[in-house]
Amino acid sequence: MTKFNFTRRAVMGFIAAAGIAAPAAAEVDFTGKTIEWVIPFSETGGSAKWANFFGPLLSEALPGKPTVVVKFMPGAGSTKGANWFQEQEHEDGTLLFGTSGSTQFPYLLGDPRVRYEYNDWNPVMASGTGGVAYLNAEDGAKFDGSANALKDTDFIYGSQGATRLDLVPLLAWQMLGMNVEPVFGIKGRGDGRLMFERGEANIDYQTSSGYLGGSTALVNDGKAIPMMTWGALDADGNIVRDPTFPDIATFKEVCQATDGCETSGDAWDAWKAFFVAGFPVQKLAFLPAGTPQDVIDTYTKAFQDVVARADFAEISSKRVGKYPVFTGEGAQGALGTATQVPDSAKAYVTDWLQNAYGVSLK
Amino acid sequence: MEIFATALPALGDAWALILQPVVLGYLVLGVVMGLAVGVFPGLGGIAGLSLLLPFMFGMDPVLGLALMIGMVAVVPTSDTFASVLMGIPGSSASQATVLDGFPMAKNGQAARALAAAFTSSLFGGLVGATFLTMFILVARPIVLAFGLPEMLMITILGLSMVAILAGRFALKGLAAAGLGMMIGTIGEADAGGSLRMATYDIPYLTDGLKLVIVGLGIFAIPEIVSLLRQDRSIAKGASLGAGWMDGVRDWMANKWLSVRCSIIGVVVGIIPGLGGSVVDWIAYGHTVQTTKDKTNFGKGEVRGVIGPESSNNAKEGGGLVPTLLFGIPGSGSMAIFIGAIALLGSGDIEVGPAMLKNNLDITYSIVWLLALANVVGTILCIAASGGIAKLTTIRFTYLAPFLFMLISFAAFQSGQNFEDLLALFAIGLIGIFLRRFDWSRPAFLIGFVLSNPVEKFSNQAFQIASFRFRKSFEEGIDYVFSPIVIVLIIITLVSVVLGLRQAKAIMAEGEVQSGSKRAPLIFLLVIAAYLVVALINANMIPDYNLTDKIIPLVVGSLALLCCLILLVQMMRRQEGDAIFADKEVAGEDADAPYGLWSTLAWFAGLIVATWFLGFILALVGFLIAFLRVRAGAGWGKTLILAACGIGFMCLMAGALNRDFPPGLLQGAVDLPWPLK
Repeated sequence: MTKFNFTRRAVMGFIAAAGIAAPAAAEVDFTGKTIEWVIPFSETGGSAKWANFFGPLLSEALPGKPTVVVKFMPGAGSTKGANWFQEQEHEDGTLLFGTSGSTQFPYLLGDPRVRYEYNDWNPVMASGTGGVAYLNAEDGAKFDGSANALKDTDFIYGSQGATRLDLVPLLAWQMLGMNVEPVFGIKGRGDGRLMFERGEANIDYQTSSGYLGGSTALVNDGKAIPMMTWGALDADGNIVRDPTFPDIATFKEVCQATDGCETSGDAWDAWKAFFVAGFPVQKLAFLPAGTPQDVIDTYTKAFQDVVARADFAEISSKRVGKYPVFTGEGAQGALGTATQVPDSAKAYVTDWLQNAYGVSLK
Repeated sequence: MEIFATALPALGDAWALILQPVVLGYLVLGVVMGLAVGVFPGLGGIAGLSLLLPFMFGMDPVLGLALMIGMVAVVPTSDTFASVLMGIPGSSASQATVLDGFPMAKNGQAARALAAAFTSSLFGGLVGATFLTMFILVARPIVLAFGLPEMLMITILGLSMVAILAGRFALKGLAAAGLGMMIGTIGEADAGGSLRMATYDIPYLTDGLKLVIVGLGIFAIPEIVSLLRQDRSIAKGASLGAGWMDGVRDWMANKWLSVRCSIIGVVVGIIPGLGGSVVDWIAYGHTVQTTKDKTNFGKGEVRGVIGPESSNNAKEGGGLVPTLLFGIPGSGSMAIFIGAIALLGSGDIEVGPAMLKNNLDITYSIVWLLALANVVGTILCIAASGGIAKLTTIRFTYLAPFLFMLISFAAFQSGQNFEDLLALFAIGLIGIFLRRFDWSRPAFLIGFVLSNPVEKFSNQAFQIASFRFRKSFEEGIDYVFSPIVIVLIIITLVSVVLGLRQAKAIMAEGEVQSGSKRAPLIFLLVIAAYLVVALINANMIPDYNLTDKIIPLVVGSLALLCCLILLVQMMRRQEGDAIFADKEVAGEDADAPYGLWSTLAWFAGLIVATWFLGFILALVGFLIAFLRVRAGAGWGKTLILAACGIGFMCLMAGALNRDFPPGLLQGAVDLPWPLK
């Protein structure tokens, strides 16, 4: 019996090995195929912009120049699409999936709708962004590099919800001792900017591309004063000035200058953990579970070629900001950065959401 | 004057850019593609535009714009076909058109209705473009003047149209609107994320119901089922009474109405965040109020087609203002449009505040390409309308299976869940009973559409207002009662008072006979029961999330109050009173050769078969069985028609890269497209 089992296992192993080895021998070629890049958001968001930017470039870089179409599967704050992707298996390498900070945060916070597991998937590309907070002209005049003079002002801010990426600015302002009241229920950061322009909100933040596209004009007209960026990460994981906005101080600098704001301790660790999960690695592209290595390699190579284009720096800085794009090993590392948050930080944020906004994710 | 100095040369440059043969060629190509996509109800411009995106990268900006605008511009025009001919609201832009357009088709005046609608669309589009050309340079401060209180008031103005569409019993109309609003609150609340009448165990419900599904369920399904039961053609007597020239003449006779509604369209269109959901109702309400003889509304009044159609294309032009000036898309297709513009050329056209300074010529090109696309699209549509109108003379039993096919597909596209089909069926049932007992379906739909804006704007405006009041009383009053708000309040009050006085003359469901107490009473009790459950459910939301419960509680209580008063009235009145309106007592439905449930069972059968076999296989069986058994067609005819239907479905879905609902079979076995 033992011997038979052994033989059978050996045979099975051999077949399995052959099964894995066989496609590796064949060149991956997508001639005439259509790659579907599924985005779990609607057509209006930043992820749509991101996928629509990379889609045509990816199409040119993949062998056989397949058509890349972006498909939208919005719902349940992107958890619907991610749950769907969890069910998908590798077929012929024509399915790609994109996630954003709004997919990462529910996963980290234990949202009951989450039925997906990031570690089952194969990351092939990751990219980051930054964020800039700014004040209206009147209150901005009181800003002197610290928030000390802003503590007595009442602020109002148009927010998409405390459990989304807005968690990062809301927590930051609270750590600075500012009194910011969020008006929940807006549909996108563009609506937040409009609320700011109408004078209904007096503080706002935008991701880099939103800031470049809409808010710099306000700053140039003197209607808005930039306050701080969230910063960027250097190779050692330290927060440094955002390369897209080298003239604007980071939250870390403002915090250090402000009385009562600490750049160590529970609050800071929690803020930093969620900032890292939401911004420097905001968007990731995945192949489904069970994808063979050669297909992963093909995509990795294609994305590397995209990044290596002579004009990439120029076209990407306008569309998605000057931030590194991670591929291959880098993408794997980025996945770790985006999805590994210490339990203490999770607990801190969960408590804070409950106490400050009555949000419980159960 | 300074403005003219910059505007005129830019306008000249824009025309020089547009009037090149190759640009016009791309525009026509886009228009033709847009018309083909617009045939599908519920898909709209998004599907078509996403398809064009991969080709936009590095394309010459003007050519790319011509292609895209050609496609986007004609969708609100071409979806009129479905609204007028089949009673299917193709998009939110054509809901009000159904009210009078479809009855006209039933009276054999489909070609006239279509021509009047298209002429109005064309005119609205041109008015919109002219208005924008002058307006866009000074629009920014005006757009910014519309804050949350102003938007809330416009939403309430839209909601006040319920008064005029409430039907013979204002209470029934109010209750229907309240029920619509309560159905609109189902799912995760925008503000605090609380669940209303939903659970995380059924993820489908947490997103709420989509407008496409509710529109199809409330308007299309009851009409399809009713016509199918009567087993006749859409046009009574299968003849077409009036031709397309009559429609154009109708428009000529009502051109000032068309002008006014176009301006309503542009003005509402430029306000970001409202989009097209209210504009056609406001236009319809205005049309009714300015018409002397109101008795024909709901039965095929051509003015009821001209008004909303003039406004909905003008709105597209107005919608360009927030899109181009602020980079804030007013709709899904505008969002893709913004994304695509950035792909064009060297990528230096940036939509947003800088657009007017740096690319004024491109801005004007967009405005006038849109107008030109309207002209081309309208001419093509009018040319086709005479022929397409003949569809209304075909025996309906041959059309119905294909309409079930189309609306199921459209419903599935809205959320890509099997539950979309179930929701369509459930809402369809509500629609059938609202129609049967003469509860205003437009009121229900207005309530549903405006549920989310009312909740969002009132919560946000309340929060910001209380913030201002804390600063000082004056600041708060200035914020809440701005001049715009006061004007809107006056308009709303006038329209409610006029509306209630006039509502009795407008019978959106036509004449309805009254019968015994039992059936209408049961329906009322079912609605009241739902409202009670929804109220209890909303009340369970903890108080710190007051923003998520206040609107359901207030609206639900008011609707329940209406139901209770109705209940008392029903108990006190005699049988045969108008309050017991019931279409199954006498009239077309009552005399129909087929019963309601046996007819509905066909549609249910399609859905059940889809659950097991997936959509395409289920459709093969459904079409063949329906044509053979219900329509009594011979085998040859059955197979040819079924093959045409399946072929058309696969062709369109394939070209647009759309999926079909999968069933259990697809979960077990891997099948090739289109079976998967």
